Amino acid sequence: MLKFLVRRLLTFVPTFLGVTAISFFFIRLIPGDPILLLAGERGVSPERYAELQTQYGFDKPLWGQYLDYIWGVFQGDLGTSFVTKKPVLDEFLTLFPATLELSLCAILLAIAIGIPAGVVAAVNRGKFFDQTLMTTALVGYSMPIFWWALLLIIVFSSGLGWTPVSGRISLMYYFPNATGFMLIDSLMSGQKGAFASAVSHLILPTIVLATIPLAVIARQTRSAMLEVLGEDYVRTARAKGLTPARVNGVHALRNALIPVTTVIGLSVGTLLAGAILTETIFSWPGVGKWMVDSIFRRDYQAVQGGLMLIAVIVMIVNLIVDLLYGLINPKIRKG
Amino acid sequence: MTVKHGLLGLTLMASLAGSASYAGTLIYCSEGSPEGFDPALYTSGTTFDASSKNVYNRLVEFDRGTTNTVPGVAESWEVSEDGLEYTFHLRPGVKFQTTEYFTPTRDMNADDVVFSFMRQLDPENPYFTVSGGTWEYFNGMSMPDLIKSIEKVDDLTVKFTLNRPEAPMIANLAMDFASIMSKEYADALLAAGTPEMLNQEPVGSGPFQFVAYQKDAVIRYKGNADYWGGAPEIDTLIFAITPDASVRYQKLKAGECHVMPYPNPADLEAMRSDPAINLMSQEGLNVGYLAYNSKMPPFDNPKVRKALNMAMNKQAIIDVVFQGAGSVAKNPIPPTIWSYNDAVVDDPYDPEAAKKMLEEEGITDLSMKVWAMPVQRPYNPNARRMAEMIQEDFAKVGVKSEIVSYEWGEYLDRSKAEDRDGAVLMGWTGDNGDPDNFLATLLGCDAVGGANRAQWCYEPFNDLVQQAKVVSDVAERTKLYEQAQVVFKEQAPWATIAHSIVFEPISPKVENYKIDPLGGHIFNGVSVAD
Repeated sequence: MLKFLVRRLLTFVPTFLGVTAISFFFIRLIPGDPILLLAGERGVSPERYAELQTQYGFDKPLWGQYLDYIWGVFQGDLGTSFVTKKPVLDEFLTLFPATLELSLCAILLAIAIGIPAGVVAAVNRGKFFDQTLMTTALVGYSMPIFWWALLLIIVFSSGLGWTPVSGRISLMYYFPNATGFMLIDSLMSGQKGAFASAVSHLILPTIVLATIPLAVIARQTRSAMLEVLGEDYVRTARAKGLTPARVNGVHALRNALIPVTTVIGLSVGTLLAGAILTETIFSWPGVGKWMVDSIFRRDYQAVQGGLMLIAVIVMIVNLIVDLLYGLINPKIRKG
Repeated sequence: MTVKHGLLGLTLMASLAGSASYAGTLIYCSEGSPEGFDPALYTSGTTFDASSKNVYNRLVEFDRGTTNTVPGVAESWEVSEDGLEYTFHLRPGVKFQTTEYFTPTRDMNADDVVFSFMRQLDPENPYFTVSGGTWEYFNGMSMPDLIKSIEKVDDLTVKFTLNRPEAPMIANLAMDFASIMSKEYADALLAAGTPEMLNQEPVGSGPFQFVAYQKDAVIRYKGNADYWGGAPEIDTLIFAITPDASVRYQKLKAGECHVMPYPNPADLEAMRSDPAINLMSQEGLNVGYLAYNSKMPPFDNPKVRKALNMAMNKQAIIDVVFQGAGSVAKNPIPPTIWSYNDAVVDDPYDPEAAKKMLEEEGITDLSMKVWAMPVQRPYNPNARRMAEMIQEDFAKVGVKSEIVSYEWGEYLDRSKAEDRDGAVLMGWTGDNGDPDNFLATLLGCDAVGGANRAQWCYEPFNDLVQQAKVVSDVAERTKLYEQAQVVFKEQAPWATIAHSIVFEPISPKVENYKIDPLGGHIFNGVSVAD
């Protein structure tokens, strides 16, 4: 197991360097000179332009800028956003808990519904439930997120008034951000109704963000279960007289979970990488929206720092998934 | 948080919908996050709304809802005969805000005024490089060239000496970058080794004081009870940052906010018929135009330019491109600016006459380029579509045209070239509501090869505009600018196309809100009915 872990950790190094190089050079490939964009219609004189180039360090050769950057990264300095003038790492850490909170809720919802639904569909293969479920999953997978989110807002927030339109908590609650996780902070604040308000604000964005992973997990679970249900050992288990619940729920599901875990791991990565649309629509102050804003402003430092941090997180999630495989399937651990 | 708020919170939670409306609170669903809270460091309206417009004051202010200047923290001023010296007399007893992070020990005085400008002007000032200060607007308005010195005469008197007469100076001093900061606070931050906090925790003398900012989510302010202009009626001002326009609309409908900026044009129809929404509108402080290159034949001939203007069906462009959120422009300045000459008659849409005029000038086989910018601008929401319509109109009078475009930074740069091939779609949003900011900035001889994209240097026009720069009497300046607009129309260096119409949907509970022609969102003087 230890050898497995070390081997996996070693692959981190080249991946990490690759990500920094790509994020550094690609953002600079996007056409658009940040200084000209900043000046807009007003324009900027050649002298002033040269002055600003020096101030932002754009006058150095590109590889020199890259080496400066890498040197900073190894010292824990990801640079300073040239828009907000604050350290990129601070900005990221301020916003990341909001993204993490929403992503975790979404993935939990997707697992809680997706796996049982997939199992039931597989067991009732070809029957009405199976067909309805698979059609719904296909619809969920294909739906434009933007449209789906607005539809939910119009029906449940504006129409029925059951949920708030957007934000993380009702504006009348005001307390310091101790952890950045609104569910925890609202509980800690001790203010009546704050937790309920935080939960109510999470409902719609969680549903929207969970929609695609839910569909994927349900479909994946179903097909993995179908494969496993045809195996000899399942037939043996049935022949032994075990209850269908035990056969499906324990013997079959545990084996079917291996491919499902991969899918979940990949979804977590995607969700953390910025549920950009969901965050924008629900005014959710997370990293996805921040990254998009930074790209539009050609805020190089923020974009490359943000990309790198997200890449590291995705790599860690994948590592955890790999380790989980080992737990589920001893063959991988020992192989 | 008081008991009252807690109880209301409970009541509201019963419905789960956070319809937050308690007396004296105004919620503004703002469109984005401020970049910081020091207005002199930035150029975006979003940042100004969150800082200068509501937290700070200036020597001179814009009278709310107009582009006229009125006394701010300077209660009066004199301009010397030669127009080079401006002496400002400060209002006594102006208090800086007492916040959780700063308690002032003195009233505002001349030191604060001198500091607020010197930090942008003097490279030796300790604040000159703080927060990577590039002082965009200060430089953009040519302040370093213009200002010779700023001196404290006594505690309540400050004298600005200029290098040349500049009548728009007063309007410049009402701009966001000219906000007056507390020198006492800045010194305290410097001593504590945290000067960058000036950009994060603002202290001003304005009607609202900063309480807290949760990044990308909420900004909270409270009314400044000591405000020299009288305490605002709103106790609590909240900016709920809501980037999506459709969501802002839903929040307004659900009572989760009172005022929203920048609605989707597609939602306007529904807003008009919604009794729960009061849809306010006004012409924006901008102009969208097509600039010919007056240095290149045949566009050096005013008759050719005029004929092409007559070939364009501007009303159709407004209907299609602006979807009703625009009006036809006949002058190079928008109607909300003083000195707008309403007597000017626009060139009629008359393709037959246009064709004839071109033939008379010997133009029978003209092909040209029309430049279309790749981005949405307030004065042009869809340049590509606009260019296509112009192309069709030109084709009807026998002029062939090709549409070209570049990445926005490139576009801005290349369109400045004096030997540019073709007419360029461009536009401008005013900075200070002064006619000079349009007429001299965009059409003056000095601006050829720069912001003057028509490359148009016409002495009779330039003389009028330069003359208006050195006269400080507003009535006299008005006359000069009115004449300049007549000359402009005769010479037609541009086809003036459109002014956008700004819409602001507000809750009917909001009283005395005024659309700011300069594009800000100002909440002093506004109240919310229970």
